[in-house]
Amino acid sequence: MKKIFSRLLNHLITVLLYISGSITSLIVILIVFFLFSEGIGLFGKKPTEDGFIMAVNKSNTVNHLNAEQIKLLFDGEITNWSEFGGKNDSIILFRMDNITDYFTEEQIGENFENLPACISKVVDSIPGIVAFVGKHYIDKNFAGKELQVDKITVGDFMFGKLWFPTAHPVAVFGALPLLLGTFWVSIFAILFALPLGLATAIYIAEVAHPTVRNILKPVIELLAGIPSVVYGFFGLVVVVPFIQNAFNLPVGETAFAGSIILGIMALPTIITISEDAIRTTPRSMKEASLALGANHWQTIFRVILPYSSSGITAGAILGIGRAIGETMAVLMVTGNAAVIPHTLLAPVRTIPATIAAELGEASQGGLHYQSLFILGCVLFIITMIVNLAVEFISRRNRRVAS
Amino acid sequence: MYKIESKEVSLYYGDHLALKNISLQMKANTVTALIGPSGCGKSTYLRLLNRMNDLIENVKIEGTVLIDNKDIYARGIKIDDLRKKVGMVFQKPNPFPKTIFENVAYGLRVNGISNKSYIEERVIRSLQNSALWEEVKDKLNKSAFELSGGQQQRLCIARALAIEPSIILMDEPASALDPISTAKIEELIYELKDKYTIVIVTHNMQQAARVSDRTAFFYIGELIEYNDTKEIFTNPQNQRTQNYITGRFG
Ligand SMILES: Nc1ncnc2c1ncn2[C@@H]1O[C@H](COP(=O)(O)OP(=O)(O)O)[C@@H](O)[C@H]1O
Ligand SMILES: [Mg+2]
Repeated sequence: MKKIFSRLLNHLITVLLYISGSITSLIVILIVFFLFSEGIGLFGKKPTEDGFIMAVNKSNTVNHLNAEQIKLLFDGEITNWSEFGGKNDSIILFRMDNITDYFTEEQIGENFENLPACISKVVDSIPGIVAFVGKHYIDKNFAGKELQVDKITVGDFMFGKLWFPTAHPVAVFGALPLLLGTFWVSIFAILFALPLGLATAIYIAEVAHPTVRNILKPVIELLAGIPSVVYGFFGLVVVVPFIQNAFNLPVGETAFAGSIILGIMALPTIITISEDAIRTTPRSMKEASLALGANHWQTIFRVILPYSSSGITAGAILGIGRAIGETMAVLMVTGNAAVIPHTLLAPVRTIPATIAAELGEASQGGLHYQSLFILGCVLFIITMIVNLAVEFISRRNRRVAS
Repeated sequence: MYKIESKEVSLYYGDHLALKNISLQMKANTVTALIGPSGCGKSTYLRLLNRMNDLIENVKIEGTVLIDNKDIYARGIKIDDLRKKVGMVFQKPNPFPKTIFENVAYGLRVNGISNKSYIEERVIRSLQNSALWEEVKDKLNKSAFELSGGQQQRLCIARALAIEPSIILMDEPASALDPISTAKIEELIYELKDKYTIVIVTHNMQQAARVSDRTAFFYIGELIEYNDTKEIFTNPQNQRTQNYITGRFG
């Protein structure tokens, strides 16, 4: 009777585990699917506002431009068509507001009835012109030609240098600054956190007196549980002013500040996992080293660290993983400038910070909204790679150990 | 003049008295076997001789241990130097996760030796002396984990020989090995006797009888009898020794 009951219980538990396992996997897949389906519409769309077109002189040999080029054009950064592969004509911008520079109000007509003809005339008479006008002012007799706007491609998105998701007349979605921002902040966070974390792990595992260890370990594990806003606040109040003063900068909100805060946040992960790895070094291995006349430090560096290197690597990668995905603290201390950082002391913006800061203001279903979901996908892929790397390393570790 | 001498040594693990007043003398270039039922303190005594017990917390030691007439527990003694002189082979083979070559070279490297040709020469010599050379000469750069258990144990012996100690401690070096590997190790011990003073813990009576010159019988932390091996096995003075070697307990 008892036997049957426990058998039944076993069965029930197996079934429950099976169900919860498959439901969890399904939900993860659904989330990923949702991210992609929300964002994928971005590609293949034109980044211009609906109802507007760009018109140029018939003689202009440039036929199409992408969003980044248009942005540079309207910002006056590029002033000659030759830079777009066209003729050597300087670029003259024309918007609807400019119409009165060329025509009197009588010529345009009381009810703007002559406007299409006026626009046509202007575009026809100035070779270097580019006119950004409403579609309904372009009629059949239009003397210029429409400048085509390139659709957004994956390449533009991943390697575009400009992130202006709300710019007029074209929005520019180049995620490179955000990718690089994430990359810089994370790399330097790990460069700063790994030596420090490893040293602490070695100290706790091998050097510290047991009483010190028993105090230190729970404290460090506690650090992992502090909400990231608190770290961000600490960064804002302590680290940012410090950096500003130390390097004599106009603002202290920099990639460097983000790296330091992320490094501190990654420390508990790195310390805990490395320390566990160091402790798995068999006693016999240490004794063998000591018995050969090696001192404690030689034993640590020549036997214990090599033996636990894959565990330490896993700790470091998980630390990076946390850094890459971290949002709030970074948002608070990095200055949030979506530009490609050339030094650590410049403001940057990371992918998660961008999503957090912009999702609220992006209208649902719009290009901006979709671009943020694509950013989410990119982030997902990066963290997935990081986790696979950990899995791979710890699997290799298991093989070596056995 | 003795190579190793302990005078009324007692050792406590916390409150637990693991060795009681042990006095023992060993001459240079002899093999001494430590026998006795498990838990009687053989390993503890062995580890006393290279101060391995120092690693364990709450260990208290009384009495004196002399090696080459010097008190190894005296103030100012450098433990690293002592351990260079007193090599150790453990019960289970414990090679480092390094290549075969680097395992043997380890002791030299940590002692600050960096002369490549000298290291190479010592590694080869040590592998020859531990009767492993022929088996590994073509794969010195392979991981030590690729060797069989018996080969790994001989590698550990080679590793200990490389730093040219004068004493080698062996804690049941063949207990984890098959009979053929065991025979090889025993043969090796016999050959090493010319150059080294060897102390070996074993639970195998035949092995003690085969390889050792002198035998010490321990029983619950006490040294019961210490004599020439032949005497111990043919004419034990103590009843408990007799019971143990005839297999009546243990
Ligand atoms: N690290 C230790 N801490 C506490 N007690 C120990 C420790 N090592 C050994 N002992 C105790 O000391 C006694 C002798 O152990 P050991 O020298 O290992 O015996 P043997 O090698 O003869 O089997 C045993 O009672 C054992 O429980
Ligand atoms: Mg033992």
